[in-house]
Amino acid sequence: MNPELKGYILLSVIKMLVVFTVVLVGVALLTLLERKVSAWMQNRRGPNRVGWAGLLQPAADGLKNILKEETFPAEANRLLFLLAPAMAFIPALMLSAVIPFAAPLRLDFDFTAGPLGRFVHHGLMPMVVADVPVGFLFVLAISSMGVYGIALAGWSSNSKYSLLGGLRATAQMISYEVAMGMSLIPVLLLSGDVSFSAIILEQSRTLWFVLPLFLSFFIFLISGFAETNRLPFDLPEAESELIAGYHSEYSAMKFSMFFIAEYANVVTVSAMVATLFFGGWDIPFTKADESGLWYWVILSHVMFFVKTFFWIFFIMWIRWTLPRFRYDQLMALGWKFLLPVALAYIMVISGAIYVLQHVAGVSSPMTRALALTAISLVAGVLVFWVLDRGLIVSGSQPRHQRLEPDLLQNPLGRTPLGGRAAGVRVTS
Amino acid sequence: MAIGVKVMKRPEREASYVRATLKGMALTFKHMFEPKVTMQYPEEKSTRDERGTWTLSPRWRGTHRMLTDEQGRSKCVACGLCPQICPSNCIKLVPGEDEEGNRYPLIYEIDEFRCIFCGYCQEVCPEEAIHVGQHYENSEYTRGRFVYDLERLSAQTHAVSTLWDPTDPRGE
Repeated sequence: MNPELKGYILLSVIKMLVVFTVVLVGVALLTLLERKVSAWMQNRRGPNRVGWAGLLQPAADGLKNILKEETFPAEANRLLFLLAPAMAFIPALMLSAVIPFAAPLRLDFDFTAGPLGRFVHHGLMPMVVADVPVGFLFVLAISSMGVYGIALAGWSSNSKYSLLGGLRATAQMISYEVAMGMSLIPVLLLSGDVSFSAIILEQSRTLWFVLPLFLSFFIFLISGFAETNRLPFDLPEAESELIAGYHSEYSAMKFSMFFIAEYANVVTVSAMVATLFFGGWDIPFTKADESGLWYWVILSHVMFFVKTFFWIFFIMWIRWTLPRFRYDQLMALGWKFLLPVALAYIMVISGAIYVLQHVAGVSSPMTRALALTAISLVAGVLVFWVLDRGLIVSGSQPRHQRLEPDLLQNPLGRTPLGGRAAGVRVTS
Repeated sequence: MAIGVKVMKRPEREASYVRATLKGMALTFKHMFEPKVTMQYPEEKSTRDERGTWTLSPRWRGTHRMLTDEQGRSKCVACGLCPQICPSNCIKLVPGEDEEGNRYPLIYEIDEFRCIFCGYCQEVCPEEAIHVGQHYENSEYTRGRFVYDLERLSAQTHAVSTLWDPTDPRGE
């Protein structure tokens, strides 16, 4: 084995250990943070008994979950029942391997470690476990694998609630996967590359993509909520309808695995939003963060952490603000609003890039980004002031208007089919 | 239209979802910095006086207390009204009589597990001897410890409950 390869393997192993440890510990702390944030938003204090300010609460929960009894539902498919938590858990963790968490570090070493031989590394080391050239395509591919875990959990539990939760999760994730993929095409158009490193470099050269591609960001964020099965899209585990959805029958550590998977997905989506639309580790208004010096690398990592953490907080913030969607609203939002808007936006952006490049003859990427920002501003205004008029999520009003002739004849709102009372307008 | 039903004013069809979301988010964010309402229970407790934030209702009915006279004997005259009225049959009373003909309880036991804390015993007592008290921390290590005997009932020092008075329904 040549020394360069050995140096590469050594660095990769170190990065792997560090990244997965940090992600797992971070996920554990996120469960605490979620409870704290929910408490604060409801004028409560949240867990503060175990350890300083409740910091050891995740450890206590973990210990409890390891010691609890493992239950198996009667007639459950044992193999799939055991496999499902791992199937949900592993893709969620795999995703953290491809996201760059700091600027590349200039690292030169050349040493011999006894019988292991010589280790050599020269030049910039990308601060990512696997700098895959397929970039976010890998994320899209792996993140949709997470649905297998949920669908299998729902099916193998031999419980109607679990099955319904699993089916809902499958339909929801497949629906929103489409809009999510479509929302990323403008990013690809603008950066000309799918790899995260290239996307970040393009953003540090011009503007953060949230400005020129605002609608992409908006659609990606909403789809991200749906992909992680978080409120307002937590239909698969809607406790008021389905008890706990796909993990109703799970107990102890297997139940925890679903939770870890959910929070790992939250971390991934937040990191994706930060990377694709907010410049990743890029520190704005300076080029020095690409120099590879160790203190700039640390600063860029802090920058990445702050951005990711903000979006994690944002996801929790939304969870404790919005009520759950109805299932038809969820599907309507995905197929009738997000997907058409994403498709139209691809056409607008690709048309604008073509016009700017071949008709207007703009060659500077900065000018192009500014022009696209203006276009996105117009598109954003169009979406939020014209389309968002009872169309993003339709309430009960249109149905009520449809029902009105019935109601005149039948003031109690009881139709032969029953169950239409939601459309009754009470006049006092 | 039934009385007291709140009629919700539904948003019009033109309502903007994004704007409503932002309004909701502003509200929840504002709540993060408001004073917390959680009582830190073992450190903060419900107290009767008005100094603390947390007050226990004066009508709270907790575990019992037997009042005693100046000589430290219980005020109970073993009339038998409290076991008679007790709906959960949790009071065990064996009456005795001393040389002067005064009745007193030989055995007076209350099973706090059976008790439903209705307060009838306090209400019915002609001597104002047995009371339900303002006490709610009753943990024990054995079940047997929940049968309070006369000695234990007399040794309790917590405040007694002010029962609901029909002539003064608001407790003024």
